[in-house]
Amino acid sequence: MTDPSGEKADARALLSLRNINMTFGGVKALKNVSFDVMPGEVHCLAGENGSGKSTLIKIITGVYRPASGAVIDYDGQTYSHMSPVTAQNGGIQVIWQDLALFPEMTVAENIAFQTLLGRWPRFVNYGRMRETAIRALKRLGVTLDVDLPLKEFPIAQRQIVAIARALVGEAKIVFMDEPTASLTQSETDHLLDIVRTLSASGVAVVFVSHRLAEVLEISSRLTVLRDGGLVGVYSTEGMTQSRITELMTGRTFDQHVRAQPKDANPVVLEVKNLTRPGQFEDVSFTVRRGETLGITGLLGAGRTELALSLFGMLKPHSGEVVLDGKPVRFSTNREAIEAGVAYLSEDRLSLGLIQPQSIADNLVIASLDGIRTNGLLSDERKRQLVAQWVADLGVKIGKQSDAISTLSGAISSASQSPNGWRPIRNF
Amino acid sequence: MRKIVQSHATEFALLAVIALISLFLSLATDRFFTLGNAFDLLNTSSVNIIFAVGLLVVLIAGGIDISFAVAASVVQYVAALLLESIGGGGWFSGLLIAAILGVALGAINALLIHRFKIISIVATIATFNIYFGLLMFFTRGVSIYNLPDWLTSRVILFEHEMADGSWVEITLPVLIMVACVISTWVLITRTTTGRQLYAFGDNPEGARRFGINVGGMQFIAFGWLGLMAGIAGLVQAHYAQEVVPNALYGRELDVLAAVVLGGARLGGGKGTVLGCVLGVLMISITQNGLNLMGVSPFAFKMIIGAIILVAITLSNTNIERLLPFMREGSRR
Repeated sequence: MTDPSGEKADARALLSLRNINMTFGGVKALKNVSFDVMPGEVHCLAGENGSGKSTLIKIITGVYRPASGAVIDYDGQTYSHMSPVTAQNGGIQVIWQDLALFPEMTVAENIAFQTLLGRWPRFVNYGRMRETAIRALKRLGVTLDVDLPLKEFPIAQRQIVAIARALVGEAKIVFMDEPTASLTQSETDHLLDIVRTLSASGVAVVFVSHRLAEVLEISSRLTVLRDGGLVGVYSTEGMTQSRITELMTGRTFDQHVRAQPKDANPVVLEVKNLTRPGQFEDVSFTVRRGETLGITGLLGAGRTELALSLFGMLKPHSGEVVLDGKPVRFSTNREAIEAGVAYLSEDRLSLGLIQPQSIADNLVIASLDGIRTNGLLSDERKRQLVAQWVADLGVKIGKQSDAISTLSGAISSASQSPNGWRPIRNF
Repeated sequence: MRKIVQSHATEFALLAVIALISLFLSLATDRFFTLGNAFDLLNTSSVNIIFAVGLLVVLIAGGIDISFAVAASVVQYVAALLLESIGGGGWFSGLLIAAILGVALGAINALLIHRFKIISIVATIATFNIYFGLLMFFTRGVSIYNLPDWLTSRVILFEHEMADGSWVEITLPVLIMVACVISTWVLITRTTTGRQLYAFGDNPEGARRFGINVGGMQFIAFGWLGLMAGIAGLVQAHYAQEVVPNALYGRELDVLAAVVLGGARLGGGKGTVLGCVLGVLMISITQNGLNLMGVSPFAFKMIIGAIILVAITLSNTNIERLLPFMREGSRR
């Protein structure tokens, strides 16, 4: 372990940050963070959702400007903040979680996109563009039909296209923001191979992830953030998953302890032979009051479809759902919400929350019936209810009227309308 | 071959539909399947095709424009007055004036959209009303009939006497239309600017992260449509041999429908010049056929509306599902 609070930048580092502070709407997102990347290393930036990983990357790539006093040393130059152009021209490439690709354009255009840039219009040299694209893919040991539009390819291959594009830009350091979140195990293995290839050719790779197994497998060093502060920089040698979890959360977990059995509790939900052809078949399980049931499987295994079927947004083809002892058959999600079923989307940013609206409005959106007095919505009831929920969840927010977008990822997840598991009629 | 069919599914579907309609009309009427009728179609569709390729560029960049047809009316009118004041002019000065005026009106839209962050449909509905209102206010709806001779005299590029003694001809608007179509095709498929327009329309946030000049994109897209609208305005005045202030009013929706029919997407990032031209031709052919069959003109709009709905539905449904032989090819 190196000294996390070291004020002096490591001279051998390719990229070195000191005194990074960042504030969003009164909430400190980064507190005096420092961060170093060595040339050609695979470094992992780990932390829970909302720990400040994404904010840090955005500062390094010039999307955000840190509070004054920041020192960014990169490739022999010192900056007080980066700009997107400086970062890109200097060889800092990012593969964003949303990839920032152009689905309607061909693979070749996506990879060799920078040949399309420039101040003055030129004729496009499609031949050179194809060559550039094929060469970049070859460096990754991949062959794709570069003439097809990108939208024809699945997400794993799009990710490879995004990596290939970073290579065309003469990358010295590549940041990958949650690159494995939507990949299957074999696709992840392939991606990790590619990361090793990159590292061997002298490109530093910073992996931003909270999936612990990958972290241990791929990286040589690990920087852990928690609540916007630096926890420390560690060698991955001898690191265990439970140790990383401890560092990320600040709590000690014994991974062998299971939740208390709830076998004595009454069954709340019983699913019998639920089938939706092509998506899931013959699924049966029971959930008791107070129980937490995990449904796991690879992307495309039918997890989301199963959840949506229980929430009334998809119709199962056959099978039975029994809720509180009564068979139910929801034809809309409205009925499911009224019956006390809540669904928190995996894509909370676009599906789970109404971004421009306030924290309070987002919280009550599925429970509007409960804040109605004399047929009209009552601001007073809303305030009381939201205050109560926030206290129950133990989260910190600014004002109830602040926009939901001022909250970090983890807290805004918690703010997804908690209609069912805290049904309003219980108050 | 399969690859070409797949990547141009909309164009092939349109071609197939046009072939079907043409076959039907050839059997149903004597006049449809003649060279004369084909040339007539080309002559009358020229103005709409020029509008359409201009609008295509705006749609590709993720915008929309409602104001271009009335902008063309403004251009016609102002150009006619200016030409009169400089003593007549000629095709060169006429096209130059129309182009400059058109680009200026397009730039106003781009300014509102980029600088004042007004979404394009709202901005152009506003300029649509402003342009048309100003035109009607200052002209009091009076038409101009005494246009310069060069503008009103027909220029025949190709003519041929048919066996029955009738003459078939291709006129100047067709040449101007072809030039507009080719230059738009070069712009959007062969230049870096054109590809940046596609990228910007496809994923604006991604384009911004790459440092594409977002404001520049708006000015190029709306400026190009303004250029095309200005040219189309002059060509329409030439074709009609008069300038009537409200002659082009309402044309914007016909053109918009034709461009969307041709595969351009209102969300941006998608659309081809070929599809756009086919979209206009399909509507013209249908209208022409209904005419020849003696269907009441009052029924045209209804029938064309229905055709647009059917065609859009078909092109939204994955075409591969309708044509199983293509599905085999797409499996990797």
